[in-house]
Amino acid sequence: MIHWVFLPVLLPLIGGLLQLVLRHKGLSFQRTLGLCLTSALVILGIKMLLLAQTGETFVYHLGNWPAPFGIVLVLDRLSAMMLMLTSLIACAALAYASARRVDEKGSHFHVLFQLQLFGLNGAFLTGDIFNLFVFFEVLLLASYGLVLHGSGKKRTRAGLHYVIVNLLGSTLYLFAVGALYGAVGTLNIADMAYKVSVAPAERSGLIAAAGLLLLVVFCLKAAMFPLYLWLPRAYANTSAPVAALFAIMTKVGLYAIIRVHGTVFGDQAGNLASLHMPWILAGGLITILLAAMGVMAARGLSEQVAYLVLTSVATILIAVGLNRPDALAAGLFYLLHSTFLAAAFFLLADMIKDARGNAADSFETIVQPQCSKWLGLGFFFAAVAMAGLPPLSGFLGKLMILDSALKHSWGWTVLGIVLTASLLVLAAMVRSGSFLFYRPTQLPVEENPQTGKSPKIAPLLIMGSLLAVSPLLVLFAGKATTYTSKTATQLQQVSEYIEDVLESQVKGGTESQK
Amino acid sequence: MEILVSISIGVMAACGIYLILRAHTFPVVVGLTLLSYAVNVFLFSMGRLKVGAPAVISPEAVTYADPLPQALVLTAIVIAFAMTAFVIVLALKARDELGNDHVDGKGEQLTDTEEAGL
Repeated sequence: MIHWVFLPVLLPLIGGLLQLVLRHKGLSFQRTLGLCLTSALVILGIKMLLLAQTGETFVYHLGNWPAPFGIVLVLDRLSAMMLMLTSLIACAALAYASARRVDEKGSHFHVLFQLQLFGLNGAFLTGDIFNLFVFFEVLLLASYGLVLHGSGKKRTRAGLHYVIVNLLGSTLYLFAVGALYGAVGTLNIADMAYKVSVAPAERSGLIAAAGLLLLVVFCLKAAMFPLYLWLPRAYANTSAPVAALFAIMTKVGLYAIIRVHGTVFGDQAGNLASLHMPWILAGGLITILLAAMGVMAARGLSEQVAYLVLTSVATILIAVGLNRPDALAAGLFYLLHSTFLAAAFFLLADMIKDARGNAADSFETIVQPQCSKWLGLGFFFAAVAMAGLPPLSGFLGKLMILDSALKHSWGWTVLGIVLTASLLVLAAMVRSGSFLFYRPTQLPVEENPQTGKSPKIAPLLIMGSLLAVSPLLVLFAGKATTYTSKTATQLQQVSEYIEDVLESQVKGGTESQK
Repeated sequence: MEILVSISIGVMAACGIYLILRAHTFPVVVGLTLLSYAVNVFLFSMGRLKVGAPAVISPEAVTYADPLPQALVLTAIVIAFAMTAFVIVLALKARDELGNDHVDGKGEQLTDTEEAGL
């Protein structure tokens, strides 16, 4: 029973190794295997969600060492939600990659894909701050390979920036973890939260410095101002399914902020409580404005979508930074919405790029090929949801965030900035939509045989199913918000988390000697 | 000893950061390596510096060195080693494809079709 918690980490690892060993069996075999593995991950995700829904915190002791001496995996509502989200996005991205044969363009796509999932799931489950570093490295190393998958000068250049920036981030992470360990003498997140709450006052400066250094690293992963400059190029220039999967990567940074800082610098931390909140709120507000300007200024749809990812990250940062349970719940709802939408949008941009031939997805007047009406419809849906117009889920999420923002002392500032950014995004989406779909045809399509091919049905369906999450989130908004608000409440009760992790019993006897 | 170690960490980190800001791939790689050396020594010293104290249980020992940072350093060394190897290969690939070793690939004008069609 308790071993369930370990499976989402183990399955992609074994899957990745299998993909490596069995690669001689050909791509179609690898595709089938990959899809089976990710589908199994979805089923596991549902299982995790059902487990977590009871409100209990499940603690798995690796090697059967009791916390805080051994490494623990912790499953609670937030982890389960992130696991589910990852598996669904992964399924769609892999299906799209198989349908569009993206995996042919380089070697080991499937191996890297599984290892990426291994890193992601591990990061979402671990309860140990150094183990989190290791999983970060796993997912980053896999992502380096995936970013560079295929080829092209721009991809190499963007990939080089991405790799160097993240290597620097990893080094900073180690400095922060080392300083935290030096100050409180533990690496277990729950134990650290406890030790910080009882730490002597003369240590608090060191703990605060280390905590904020750690925040810098997480903000780099989440792409907060001024550490977001690596993101647009890397996301816009990589292949579409990889970009879709990466929609979850910025959320890893957000998750780490919520998990590590929310726990260690929670209410019990005395004068260190919530020391990260003002930074996140201010950073989020600046990021959303700059990202909205990026959306306006983008020269191609992929680049625009990359900036849209930034606006959604910034929105969630603002929700977290408001430091209220209802805002956090709304932020988590927005996280679900924006991850699915961003993934769908990247796939859509890829199909539009394909349909427009040489002009790709740049916003320029071209001899207009016939973009399929389904692409136009998809763009309309995605744009409405992303800009936050009713009736789709973006509106609902933003409404809830702004509603709870009004009870904060910065309420009106937040309201003004978020709405300005939304307006800019809306204007940009209208502009790019008319560029891509409404420009008059100057030459008949037949004269340019390269363009005007309509996309195949399978990629459209995959993109459509991701888009369909948006209306579904509205239809089942009651259930979704109940879950997220319970998650937010659980995250606020740090002392219970500490108790659950530190006092969880190690299974004795032979049954746990697996 | 503490002063010596902290000065050496500081100097290594400063050199590393200077080299990373050089914007050519080779200095950047060397800079990253120096920075990872600095962080390794830093992690090690976070277990407090002790001379001649064993990290594992021994009957004669009166005091122990903290074994956990040593394990962390070991992990960090392995990871940094792998990452350095990767970034060197990537830098070579970038040098090959972009025609120079600037991190922005400067001096190379992408033509319009390359710009658009990747």
